[in-house]
This record gives sequence, C-alpha cells and structure tokens, in this order.
Amino acid sequence: MMKMLVPLAAVIVLIIVSLAGVEAAGLEAVFGIVIPYLAFIIFVAGMIWRVIDWGKSPVPFRIPTTCGQQQSLPWIKQDKLENPSTCTQTFARMILEVFFFRSLFRNLKTELHDGKVVYGSDKWLWLFAIVFHYSFLVVFIRHIRFFVGDVPDVIHILEALDSFFQVGVPLVYITGLTLTAGVLFLFLRRIVIPQVRYISLPADYFPLFLIFAIAITGILMRYFTKVDVVAVKNLTMGLVTLNPQIPQGIGSIFYVHLFLVCTLFIYFPFSKLVHMGGVFLSPTRNLANNSRMERHVNPWNYPVKVHSYEEYEHEFKDKMKKAGIPVEKE
Amino acid sequence: MYDSGKIIIGIGIFLLFVAFPFYYTAIGKPVVKPDPRIDTPAIQAMEKKQCVESKNAMKTLHMQMLNDWRDAVVRDGQRFYVATDGKTYNMSLQNTCMHCHSNKKKFCDECHNYMAVKPYCWDCHIEPKEGA
Ligand code: HEM
Repeated sequence: MMKMLVPLAAVIVLIIVSLAGVEAAGLEAVFGIVIPYLAFIIFVAGMIWRVIDWGKSPVPFRIPTTCGQQQSLPWIKQDKLENPSTCTQTFARMILEVFFFRSLFRNLKTELHDGKVVYGSDKWLWLFAIVFHYSFLVVFIRHIRFFVGDVPDVIHILEALDSFFQVGVPLVYITGLTLTAGVLFLFLRRIVIPQVRYISLPADYFPLFLIFAIAITGILMRYFTKVDVVAVKNLTMGLVTLNPQIPQGIGSIFYVHLFLVCTLFIYFPFSKLVHMGGVFLSPTRNLANNSRMERHVNPWNYPVKVHSYEEYEHEFKDKMKKAGIPVEKE
Repeated sequence: MYDSGKIIIGIGIFLLFVAFPFYYTAIGKPVVKPDPRIDTPAIQAMEKKQCVESKNAMKTLHMQMLNDWRDAVVRDGQRFYVATDGKTYNMSLQNTCMHCHSNKKKFCDECHNYMAVKPYCWDCHIEPKEGA
C-alpha cells in the first residue's frame, strides 16, 4: 500500500506546490519561465548523457533474444525477423519493435490449472500500451501549436483527424481521452493482477499518477475550467523566442499542468521512462545474430601471456632428450 | 564510445525533434500577437460597449455559447437568450454576433489564426464579405 501512497502523495504535493506558488506566492515567473527552461535543459542533457553512457559500455558478444530459425544451411528457411543475421534484417526488426511493440505482442499469462502450469495468450497489455503510447505521441505533437508561430499543415490535419467526431466545442480530442484510458488501464493492471502488484514499485506508480494528473489538468483546462489560451501562447512563444514574459490572467490550472509536465521531463532521463531512448540501444534487440559468421573479440580481453608448447619444447629440448622424452622437432 | 557513428546520428535526430520549435520559429515569419479590433461602426455607436456576457466570459466561453445557441435554435426552436444582465438577445451568429463584429478578419481570425484553430461555423454560415 505504501508503494502506491508515496508516489500518490508526491503528485498531490506537486499540485499543491504549484497552486500555492502561483496563487499565494505569485511566483508565475518561476513556474512559467525558470522551471520550464530548467526542465528542458535537464531533459535534453540528461537523455544525451544516458545514451552516451550506454554507448560507452562494450557489448562484446552478440546477445539478441532470438525466437526463430537462425541462418543456417541454404535449404533451411531462416526466420529473418525473429533471428536477423544482417544489418537490414535487424533494422526491420527494430522498426517492428519501436513502432509496433512486437516483443510485447508475445506477452503471455501464466496460470496454474489442476497443478499444471499453463500459458495463454494475453494481448491486453500490448493493446493498451499501443493505445497509451500513440495517444501520448499525438497529444504531444498537437501541443506544437503552442510553440510555433506558423503551425504546419500536418498539425492541422492531425487535429482534424483527432477531433473527427466533432463533439462539443472546443472539439473533443479522441487521443486526450484514450491517453487517460490507457494510463488507467496500465494502473489497474498493476493493482488487479496479484503478481504484477507484488513486483510494482513506487517508481512504477509515480509516472502513471503523474501522467494521469497531466492529462486530467489538460482536459479540465480545455473543456471545463478554461484558461486564456491566447495568453498561454504569448507565454510559450516568449519561451521559444528566448524573450520570456508572463501574461496576466492565464489561470492557475495552467501552471499546475505546466509544472507537472516539467516534473515529468526532469524525471524522465533518470527513471524507467528513459526506455524511450533505451529501446534503440537494447543489445538484445539491436544486434544481428551473426556469431557464426563473424568473430567478435571482447575489448575487455586482458592480454594474457601464453607459453605455447612449441616454445616450451624449444626451451627444454635438451633436458627432455636427456630424460628420453620424445620431442617433435629435432 | 562504441558505435559512435550510429549514436551521434541518433542524438542528432533527437535534437532535431526537441529543438524544432526554436529553429522553426527563428527561420519562419515573425510572430505577431493577436490584436482583435472592436472599432466597427456598430460597436462605436454603442453607449456601453458590452458584449452578450462579460469580456472574460466571452473570451473563454464564446465557443461553448455558440454551440449552445445552435442547439437551442436548431433543435429546440428556442430563439432568445437572456443574458446575465437581464438583456435578451436573438441567438443568431450572423444577425447578432456579426452585426457588431462585422470585421471577422480583424476580430475572429486574429486569435483563431494565432491559436491555429479553424472553427467549423463557416462550413454552414456564410462569411461576411470584407475587403482584404
Ligand atoms: C508531456 C507533455 C504534455 C501532455 C501529455 C499534455 C496533455 C494534455 C492533454 C491530454 C490536454 C487536453 C487536450 C488534448 O487532448 O490535447 C492538454 C491541454 C492543454 N495543455 Fe498540455 N500536455 C503536455 C504539455 C504541455 C505543455 C508543455 C504546455 C504549455 C506550456 C501545455 C499546455 C496545455 C494547454 C494550454 C492545454 C489546453 C488546450 C486547449 O485549450 O486547447 N501542455 N494537455
């Protein structure tokens, strides 16, 4: 229970801090300018640092998790996607992994039936993971309208598709709702399935609560409590043009939303969320299984001093002969 | 670092994404803040320059109000709106709203373009003819 309450309390504290900071202390400039810039810098620098750090770790041998026939004799059909042996095949496998979460598609559930372990298909996690990640991406991309002066046409197309049902005004964005639904499912999964609940840590709940709070404040702001969006854009464009300013009368909920987003960005590189970059650097995915074709030398190999039999014989030839031990070279 | 070529390309793509707003705005047209004008003849002639509801309410809620008006008129045949200050208005975009705000380009479009929103009002309603 504490594993859930601590991160929940943390998110509530974040909300209260930003509300109090803006409403009571009048720290709009801190929450609207200083923290967003800091968050951006920490996020970008943190991600680069993590990736370079991974890049420094040698992966001497080929360790892809394969699940298909490897390249073998010409008349044995290779499973090129599940057991790639070339760069192109690995690239194709990575595309499937990054865009379609292919390995998650294999997710199984394990149950005991009459004392026997039984495995069954379990695609729900995959489905909701896809829904969640793509909704997040679309919501994220749509926000670009706050950050550029002249919004590109692709964004308009995306917005039109996302508000396709034309429900209410402002038009309801489908991805705003599916994002929330996705987070809720991922949370429920952690508390409903006993095994998953057992292994869930505060670091698993915190991002879920944080993203949930971000989505809810966003939805509240757009459809219910309302903020002055023109003032919001004045603020964001000030940030983008490095000419920051705090317009009057935006509404505190905006600063709560923004502060939660900044927290997410600062937290990102140092938490499990960094899998956004990590998926590209997973040696179990991004390596070709070519161990039978190429020699991979471990860069950690210590230069071992060897003494071959040839040298040994050369050194002790006389003694060996005297003792009557046969030698290879006369 | 191992595979530095690939890693540097990856980081480059990442930077291209996250820095998009900065360079896109820097090379694009300069950003002009919206400046909706209320200097139309109809508004100038008003004694008390007051919209249907308060300025703040109009700013954040006009879209919702128009939506409610449409539903009231089209679905319920209810044509009159009693404002908070007791005044009664004919619920009509073209006859009431656009009567005063006859300058769509310099009023509505100012903020709508800035915020990149395209209200679908004008899918059905006829836009007022204005000189460019
Ligand atoms: C990871 C980042 C973010 C997420 C996941 C997020 C999520 C959301 C969601 C779900 C909504 C509801 C409407 C919709 O579906 O688009 C929303 C609205 C909004 N967000 Fe965000 N947000 C993020 C970042 C930001 C940032 C950085 C800002 C501003 C600096 C911002 C400002 C707003 C505003 C002003 C609205 C109201 C939009 C409107 O009235 O059209 N958000 N956000």
